[in-house]
Amino acid sequence: MTIEPDTASDHLASRKSSFEQNPSFLKSIGAIIWKDLVSELRSRELLTSMMVFALLVILIFNFALELDASTRKVATAGILWATFVFAGTLGLNRSLALEKDRGCLDSLLLAPVDRSAIYFGKMISNLVFMLIVEGIVLPVYSVLYNTNLFVPGLIGVILLGSIGYVAVGTLLSTMAVQTRTRDVLLPILLFPIIIPILIAAVKASSGILQGMDLVQILPYINLLLVYDVIFIALAFMVFDFIVEE
Amino acid sequence: MKPQPVALKILNVLSLGLFLAALALVFLYAPLEVTMNYVQKIFYFHVANAWVGMLGFVAAAVAGVIYLVKHDLNWDIIEVSAVEISLVFFLVAILAGSIWARPSWGTYWTWEPRLTTAAILELVYIACLLLRQGIDDPDRRARFSAVYTLLGSISVPITFFSIRLFRTIHPVIIGTGSASSQGSFDMSPKMLVTMFFSLGAFSVIFVTLFWHRIRLGQLSQVVDQRKMEE
Repeated sequence: MTIEPDTASDHLASRKSSFEQNPSFLKSIGAIIWKDLVSELRSRELLTSMMVFALLVILIFNFALELDASTRKVATAGILWATFVFAGTLGLNRSLALEKDRGCLDSLLLAPVDRSAIYFGKMISNLVFMLIVEGIVLPVYSVLYNTNLFVPGLIGVILLGSIGYVAVGTLLSTMAVQTRTRDVLLPILLFPIIIPILIAAVKASSGILQGMDLVQILPYINLLLVYDVIFIALAFMVFDFIVEE
Repeated sequence: MKPQPVALKILNVLSLGLFLAALALVFLYAPLEVTMNYVQKIFYFHVANAWVGMLGFVAAAVAGVIYLVKHDLNWDIIEVSAVEISLVFFLVAILAGSIWARPSWGTYWTWEPRLTTAAILELVYIACLLLRQGIDDPDRRARFSAVYTLLGSISVPITFFSIRLFRTIHPVIIGTGSASSQGSFDMSPKMLVTMFFSLGAFSVIFVTLFWHRIRLGQLSQVVDQRKMEE
């Protein structure tokens, strides 16, 4: 057992100074995102599997719920979010498992950058993958069911929901890949924690799709914002504990 | 193996006594509720169990944070003890609530803020124990589970409020409940005494079990160390 001499307050203090002295913080985040995008562009493993998986989930919902026009009216928001959440888990698992398996995570940790830069880099690249998948699911769903899902409000809600989802998801998948049960563990850890995101996102999305007033939707959007802010801040604070050896 | 400290022995006896006394108060002292009759009696233990479950949940989160600051494995033992005990108490609270809900609401379960939140809380605890099982290194296990209980302790209250945004039928016995709550009743002074006595009794039982579980954790740590030495 290693006993760390530094306390949490020292962590914060050192981090604060690294922000001030280290102008390359944003640069290192950018480098990690770039690395992820390039390697994905070459292998196309992650996006392909996420997309195929997302379409399969929609297919299953189609037959499981018999999506006729009246069911779709109430179920669309739920189906979309269930699809995003499941496909997202797949992506999160893969993205961090790749880092772990090829020893890339250890090298990243050895690099002289702030640990939180690694977190934000991974989080943003996960977010990009998730948004790409969502950007493909939306038009496909629109065509399949002859509706228009390209409503500005809905896209805003999806963005906010995805941010909260990957904020917690990146943290928890970094944890999950370091355990024995890894892939199995991530959904079990992640789903109970992201319930508020799911509730708020589904409620807001279905409100927007059903043409509700902004007054009725606003509490859920506020909830999404609050959740995003709290959990990004929290993940930023505890990420060091997850990767420290 | 160290013998149980005297205080713990006293707590053992006290827990048993208080539990029996609470049982006696519930069935002999507290008056029958007019509409729900005997069904309402389960309420005293239901509230007490839920209260203790919440207490343990807070204790686990606090112990987790202290561990992250101090890196002392004793706090990890405290944390996992709180998680395990709360898991059981909360399960009892949920089951007792379901038994009460069947005659009062006409259903065992409904997706209502408190019920849903309680269910999610159980899932967070179970996930936490599964997480711990998957890690061998005690230091890493302690860090991960501390971080996870911290996440849970912030997410679960938000869950409660997010579901509360729609509406609730769960009766609010203390304070003002919502107009749509079903199965609510006014408590007579005797009922109040019984409820607070149950709360107190279960708190003592919680402390006793907590202590025992912490001792167990310390003993198994000693066993692990001996195994390593061999």
